[in-house]
Amino acid sequence: MNGLERLQAAGAPASLIEQPSRDNAACVRVAAADVYGTLQTLRDACGFGTVTFITAIDRSPAEDRFEIAWQLRSVEHVDRIRVTTRVGGDAPSVRSATDLWPGSAYMERECYDMFGIHFEGHVGLKRLLMPEGYDHFPLRKEFPHQGIEPDRLYREWERTRS
Amino acid sequence: MGSLVPADTGSSQEAGFFASRLDALVNWGRKNSLWPMPLGLSCCGIELMAMIGPKFDIARFGAEAARFSPRQCDLLIVAGTLTWKMAEATRTIYDQMPDPKWVIAMGVCSSSGGMYDSYSVVQGVDMILPVDVYVPGCPPRPDAVIDALIKLQRKIERESPTRRLAEMSSKPLEAGTNTFNMAPNDAIKTHRIGTFLEGDEGDDA
Repeated sequence: MNGLERLQAAGAPASLIEQPSRDNAACVRVAAADVYGTLQTLRDACGFGTVTFITAIDRSPAEDRFEIAWQLRSVEHVDRIRVTTRVGGDAPSVRSATDLWPGSAYMERECYDMFGIHFEGHVGLKRLLMPEGYDHFPLRKEFPHQGIEPDRLYREWERTRS
Repeated sequence: MGSLVPADTGSSQEAGFFASRLDALVNWGRKNSLWPMPLGLSCCGIELMAMIGPKFDIARFGAEAARFSPRQCDLLIVAGTLTWKMAEATRTIYDQMPDPKWVIAMGVCSSSGGMYDSYSVVQGVDMILPVDVYVPGCPPRPDAVIDALIKLQRKIERESPTRRLAEMSSKPLEAGTNTFNMAPNDAIKTHRIGTFLEGDEGDDA
């Protein structure tokens, strides 16, 4: 029984759609509201103890442009599963998985830093790689390669220091 | 540099004094005891460590005393990719170094941003600091950085500390600093490697 079958046996959300994947890992898409419940079921009832990565893909100009992906790993069953969802709008948001896996805090912070996706319930969701106070999200498709005023914060600092 | 002049002291012991220009003496001391502040920001830092180590041994040029406090250094070696997030810290380190101070931009990243023509990388440390010598290479071999060190020594030889001191003492210290701060833009103009190399050739001839 693979991860997907175990998830369906434990109770999958109605919004679940099976997705094709190139690496033969099970890949499912669920509605943004069902993500947290799905992850919780996978952790508690299906043996997926660790989260390998949390990342996002900008599928612009699609309707719900951000695809967020959680890759889970089961050491017990030697299995993995990928859960994806789509969010959009001006302030895309999804519920944080930090209370399921505390280690997801940094990955969610990076996701916020690069794509501007808000993870609700994350304590300390702030810039990770970009400087605090930066206005833009570099991995969004509309962000130019050489940046938007990359030296603005430095110049402000330079003016204010005594 | 100067000449040893025997002094008529009337003593049986051989005594003498050394006549030189003050500029030449000060410059000689400065160029042979550069204390580097190693700012290893990426892979160039590894080559910098090799340079300080026994095989390339910059102790031969008096620059082996790497100090990890900017207060004790007079040569900032920016070795690697400088990001805008790191720029504030780098400028602070430069400001904390006591005057006189020199800067080597080691590698293409710190010279021009290199292959990182990107939103996060400073396109050359001369955007935030005055640079004395630029070293190309990705990363440059330790030999290349030693060459830069020797070029910097030649540059120091031609400085005029006494004139500089006179200029500095005629204007008040900037508030809140313990150094004579140069405006970075003016410094960049005078320290460009182009003008330096022109002068360099003239000096050798």
